[in-house]
Amino acid sequence: MSKISVREVRYSYAGAPGPALAGVSLDLPERAISVLFGPAGGGKSTLLRLINRLNDLVEGTSRSGQVLLDGEDIYAPGVDVTALRRRVGMVFALPLPLPGTIRENVVYGPRLAGLRDRGRLEEITERSLRQGALWEEVKDRLDASAFSLSGGQQQRLCIARSLSLEPEVLLLDEPTSGLDPISTAKVEESLFTLKQSYTIVIVPHSVQQAARIADRAAFLLAGELVEVGDQVFTSPRDKRTEDYITGRFG
Amino acid sequence: MNARLAVQRLGFLLLGLAALVVVVPILVVVAGIVVRGIGAVSWEFLSAMPRAGMKEGGILPAIVGTLLLTLGTAVVAVPVGVGGAVYLSEYARDTAFTRAIRLAMVNLAGIPSIVYGLFGLGMFVLFLRFGTSILAGSLTLAIMTLPVVISTTEEALRAVPTEFRTVSASLGGTRWQGIRKVVLPQALPGIITGVILGLLRAAGETAPILFTVAAFYLPRLPHSPLDQTMALPYHLYVISTQVPGMPAEVQNGTAFVLLALVLLLNFVAAWIRSHFRRRRPW
Amino acid sequence: MSGGASPAGVAPRASRSGSRPRWSEFAVESLIRVLGFSTVGFVVLIFAFLLREGLPVFFKLPAAALLGELWYPTFGSFGSLPLILGSALVTLLAVLIALPLGVATAVFVREVAPRWAREILKPLIEVLAGIPSVVLGFFGMTTVAPLVRQWLGAPTGLTVFTGALVLAYMSLPTIISVAEDALDAVPRSYRDAGLAMGATHWQTTWRVVVPAGRSGVIIAGMLGMGRAIGETMAVMMVTGNAARLPIDPAALFRPVRTMTATIAAEMGEVARGSLHYHALFGIGIVLFVLTFLINLAAARAIFRRRRKGGLR
Repeated sequence: MSKISVREVRYSYAGAPGPALAGVSLDLPERAISVLFGPAGGGKSTLLRLINRLNDLVEGTSRSGQVLLDGEDIYAPGVDVTALRRRVGMVFALPLPLPGTIRENVVYGPRLAGLRDRGRLEEITERSLRQGALWEEVKDRLDASAFSLSGGQQQRLCIARSLSLEPEVLLLDEPTSGLDPISTAKVEESLFTLKQSYTIVIVPHSVQQAARIADRAAFLLAGELVEVGDQVFTSPRDKRTEDYITGRFG
Repeated sequence: MNARLAVQRLGFLLLGLAALVVVVPILVVVAGIVVRGIGAVSWEFLSAMPRAGMKEGGILPAIVGTLLLTLGTAVVAVPVGVGGAVYLSEYARDTAFTRAIRLAMVNLAGIPSIVYGLFGLGMFVLFLRFGTSILAGSLTLAIMTLPVVISTTEEALRAVPTEFRTVSASLGGTRWQGIRKVVLPQALPGIITGVILGLLRAAGETAPILFTVAAFYLPRLPHSPLDQTMALPYHLYVISTQVPGMPAEVQNGTAFVLLALVLLLNFVAAWIRSHFRRRRPW
Repeated sequence: MSGGASPAGVAPRASRSGSRPRWSEFAVESLIRVLGFSTVGFVVLIFAFLLREGLPVFFKLPAAALLGELWYPTFGSFGSLPLILGSALVTLLAVLIALPLGVATAVFVREVAPRWAREILKPLIEVLAGIPSVVLGFFGMTTVAPLVRQWLGAPTGLTVFTGALVLAYMSLPTIISVAEDALDAVPRSYRDAGLAMGATHWQTTWRVVVPAGRSGVIIAGMLGMGRAIGETMAVMMVTGNAARLPIDPAALFRPVRTMTATIAAEMGEVARGSLHYHALFGIGIVLFVLTFLINLAAARAIFRRRRKGGLR
């Protein structure tokens, strides 16, 4: 059973001329990096936000189809959305530290969930920052403002923040688009380590990044799933995929 | 070419003149009251009870009364106002009912202060039998201050970037948790500024307290919320229009104290606003 | 480094935060909802109480009597025409003075003034907004009225004109703020387009920006009028409080009485439940309805303008 299964999902925003997603189905494996790539407007971010139901915050949308996590539909009535979001974490395109210290940022999630034990919180802080490849750089100034970090460090802080809840799945929406190449490399490197324990779904900011890190890749074009598989970059099956990968359009 | 520039210069001059006509009298009024009144203000004036029908002694009860009324206004207007603003900014959807709430707010803001006085008389003094009391006066002033508190709070809440709410939700936070832990703290300086501005207006109002709380010559401090009290604005009104032979000194001094109080609050609010705007991390 | 993602690590925390916060979350949300609705409740309450105490006068006196020319309650005459006209005259004159001044100031502050001038003007206008009306009335009474008496020959200086002057200044902050918003709403591209066509800064401002904000000026006028009609203390202290009909040209420099001043001045000496008492509340109802309509019109205009994207 795949970790995440998307079944015939159709999704539209209020007032938009066409659907954002037109009947997409795919399976994403556990403990691997899956990428959703394609040109702008293809529905990648939309699909990503369906997996942690962050699109619930947008008004006036309509949706059909199922999204299964470990075989259970996350949109079934009665599902606890906040618990879901602790199992499925998200990192956004721009580094978005919350106002506060580095430490406060990292433990924000667990504290919301009710954890008060200082000792546990300290453990979680260190573990998450190590997993986000940031520990060595900030361990002596955990009480500094999160905004005093550089862009790349802030983004790794956001990754650490998501990891503090020990989610099963980590969603990343163009996490390195605002970062310099060195920070990008550091982030990609930590993803390789993280995939040993987490299921990772990422919208890359370039085809090259996708090719670098993907175990499974899905090509989305104008809301349609063109192709998905593990060999998409070496031997694409659809002509449109090949054209996009080789840069004939995009 | 020269003609056009000449026209421009003339035009700008006229506009500047208009601005001057608007602004200079403000300075004249403030300066006039300060210059005339400051001489009358001594420690005794501020801290003593009135004597001899107000012609001697001090205005302490009026100062205390105004402070109590302002406090009472805050106690009611702040929770209700901030709560209402949180609802409008964070929870409400664009329905007919929400629009009705906004319409109600605009109307509350436009109701003449004397009509608030009538309402306070009808509802708090008579119907609820609070009598002319600090309680009735504060409640009346609080409802009058509500629109200001709600609109400035809403503005402060909306200024907080949406991203914070999204991040909080993505970390498993409920809507209220996000508001409580991130949005409200970030909006706090703006909220406080708005509250102070609303309160300074309440402190200076006369019409709403005319029939609900104000007494003229009450040479003792109030003991309970059901007591009447003196208040600076009402006091100034009476001693300048109803009491023959009131020494100009007393009138000018009272005007000065009231103006000084209001200007002080104004200054505090402006300082808070600029200080925290500079320190915003976003 | 522990690398194990453990669903078991999540579950105990999840169960601890399962249903308990849900309940308190619901309570908080309900409270906030109630507070949100409170404004509507208050408006309804205010109107209800005004009606309760004011309606009797409309039943006890015919419309003709209520619109009569003589307001003399001690003799049972409740003709409110002098009061209505008094309010109308002072208000209209005040808006006539304040609107051009306010709009010009707003244009100056937003479009023309150098930075340092703006930093001085804006706080000063805020100070004006905060000055209590009784203080302005006091100043008007002690300083402006004597001047009016000296220079314009009015017997006491407490006249329609004095009142309109003071009222105009009190309405200025409202007018300036609305006009500023209207100017802000004009897209930058309008100004850039004007300048790109070779127009001077003034020409652009006058012919492009200001007409684009025209509806905003109208709204400013409406809200300024609403503010002026509702003003009580300052007006009461400088208009002389004589309830006469202000219909001759000389009336400009004679005393007059507004609806608001009438209520403020007479309510203190009135017996509860008497006809006079009800009549004063009746005036309150008229004021409530008037300002309600003015603000409704202004709010509609604002809403319409926002929807059209500030293009008119």
